[in-house]
Amino acid sequence: MLNLAELWAYRELLFFFVWRDVKVRYKQTVLGAAWAIIQPLTTTFAFTILFGRFGGMSKSVEGPYALHVFVGMLPWTFFANAVASAANSLIGSSHLISKVYFPRILIPIAAIAAGLVDFAIAFVVLLVMMAAYGVAPGWAMLALPIYLLGTIVSAAGAGILFAALIVTYRDVRYVMTFVMQIWLFGTPVLYTLDIIPAKWHTLYALNPMVGMIAGFRASVLGGPFPAQVILISSVSCLVMFAAGVRYFLQVERRFADVI
Amino acid sequence: MSSDAIVIEKLGKQYTIGTTLIGDATLGESITSWVSGPWRRFKQMAGHSEGTRTFWALKDVSFRVDVGEVIGIVGPNGAGKSTLLKVLSRITPPTEGFVDLTGRVSSLLEVGTGFHPELTGRENVFLNGAILGMFRAEIIRKFDAIVAFAELEQFIDTPVKHYSSGMFVRLAFSVAAHLEPEILIVDEVLSVGDLHFRNRCLGRMQDLRDEGRTVLFVSHDLTSVRQLCTRALLLSGGRVVDDGAPGDITRKYEQQHHDHAALTGAADRLHPPRGYHLRRVELRNAAGTVTSRFDAGEVMEIHLWTSGRAPENSYGAEFKLLNDDDEVISFGAANPVQNTYYQAAHEHFVCRLGPLPLTEGEYAFSFSVGVWNVQRWDTWSKAIGFTIERCDLFKTGHGIANVNDGDFVLQQEWLIGN
Repeated sequence: MLNLAELWAYRELLFFFVWRDVKVRYKQTVLGAAWAIIQPLTTTFAFTILFGRFGGMSKSVEGPYALHVFVGMLPWTFFANAVASAANSLIGSSHLISKVYFPRILIPIAAIAAGLVDFAIAFVVLLVMMAAYGVAPGWAMLALPIYLLGTIVSAAGAGILFAALIVTYRDVRYVMTFVMQIWLFGTPVLYTLDIIPAKWHTLYALNPMVGMIAGFRASVLGGPFPAQVILISSVSCLVMFAAGVRYFLQVERRFADVI
Repeated sequence: MSSDAIVIEKLGKQYTIGTTLIGDATLGESITSWVSGPWRRFKQMAGHSEGTRTFWALKDVSFRVDVGEVIGIVGPNGAGKSTLLKVLSRITPPTEGFVDLTGRVSSLLEVGTGFHPELTGRENVFLNGAILGMFRAEIIRKFDAIVAFAELEQFIDTPVKHYSSGMFVRLAFSVAAHLEPEILIVDEVLSVGDLHFRNRCLGRMQDLRDEGRTVLFVSHDLTSVRQLCTRALLLSGGRVVDDGAPGDITRKYEQQHHDHAALTGAADRLHPPRGYHLRRVELRNAAGTVTSRFDAGEVMEIHLWTSGRAPENSYGAEFKLLNDDDEVISFGAANPVQNTYYQAAHEHFVCRLGPLPLTEGEYAFSFSVGVWNVQRWDTWSKAIGFTIERCDLFKTGHGIANVNDGDFVLQQEWLIGN
């Protein structure tokens, strides 16, 4: 089990890791925080043209297709970046791991938390886009933090699992890139939930990001609330988190010897 | 009330070494190993050993440390000193036995762990402090003292990547020096920085001792072990072979260390390979006496003997000079340096070296015979060690030691500019 008392004792170190990751990221880049906006915006733009214009997807949704894509892209970008940076965080801190003791799980958690800054910046862009398209936020938007939390927990589950695997098996890095690509297509980012026949929804929602992104969309753009899908995804997101943490704790003691 | 700060009981740490496949295999073998390699590596990494060997870095280590003791741990490279500190610092788990530490532990296996070059000195003080286990409030309270100790007030808001290595070490050590643990575990960090700074670090260690803190301290610098410690342990081959007063233990260690690298200045190869090989080496001083003790500025003669007949004519011998960190610091070879070639029938080579520009400390030679840059028939690594006892090339009465001033002294002349 996670030693929560110990994690609490190390909360300040976690804070400093997050603070370092955020600071270093923006110090080393020329455009700094702008990247947090550029990445989801360009992909949204590209997909809007590709699927919306040429693919005819824009007719299948109500309201502006670009906004639809962006609302999905926002949590997905956070998720994908968080998983990738958490996964690579341990080998990036190999020096620390072989010289100092602290609960190792702080490193991937800090990497995920640092991604929230980018999310916050991109979220402001979402608000701007909503204003531009004349979409007024409804009460449903108050539920957004829940889906964000679900996204964080999912990212933590996957990121922590990959991080622990990569310490021993460096090849998993390549596997991960591939998995994330497939995962994107298995998640309603570029399309909406309606495309999938209802009888498949139970199975489909085992992908935790399905429920989270559907939830994001429902809360920002209004529309029907896919309760069943969100419930299943929430459970599977907790299961994924538990599995990731469990594997991590099992192998964590060996890290210093194999890293 | 028990006053044990550290209790270690039957501690053992086993490592697995994977066998590596290198060179000299036939093409067929290479192909099979290339095909089966990934699977075999996978099994190895997953812990199913096949063709892997294990060794005990620590075995049956038991000792107790009272509150307020300052323990020095000495021993040759590979004795398990660093592994012991890593186990005590909880970085790596022991394979068997147990460790019990009572009190707030800080371990300092290196200075500046976690320093980030892009961050400023100020930011790194906070980051490094947190990594070493300080709370934010504590760092804020001690911040001015840390900066003052490092003498870096002017540069504290400059990114650390612009620091000189001396400044970096000063800041890093300064953070560490402001730790207030009940148990401090230190690995060889006092041997950094300039002499002035080193003395202040030693002073800080003395303070810790006087405050009654428990310190566990690994060092190659036997003088500081003698000065600082109240007790010493001698580690060898992963076991504690001796435990007692620092003076006795360090003396014993010095004797053993020299025995192994030939106290007499001569060594015979214990396990020579079959076929043509290096057999014996002697170091002689200018008077022709075999010795392992020299002063800087002296001339040394290396005598090497081989056994068997060399595979071909026109070959040479070469040496590599290593410092006590096992780094190669110099090289010499008969062929490229002097165009000297030996004939197959020769079996005794002499190399006259010097005047030696080396600083005080321990050194060792590795030797090879073969055709330089083409092939080596035999290599005898760390064949013999020697000590530079005194380095005072400019007759000023000040010794220069390799623990902090490098391994070499360059010819130099200091003038007054106008």
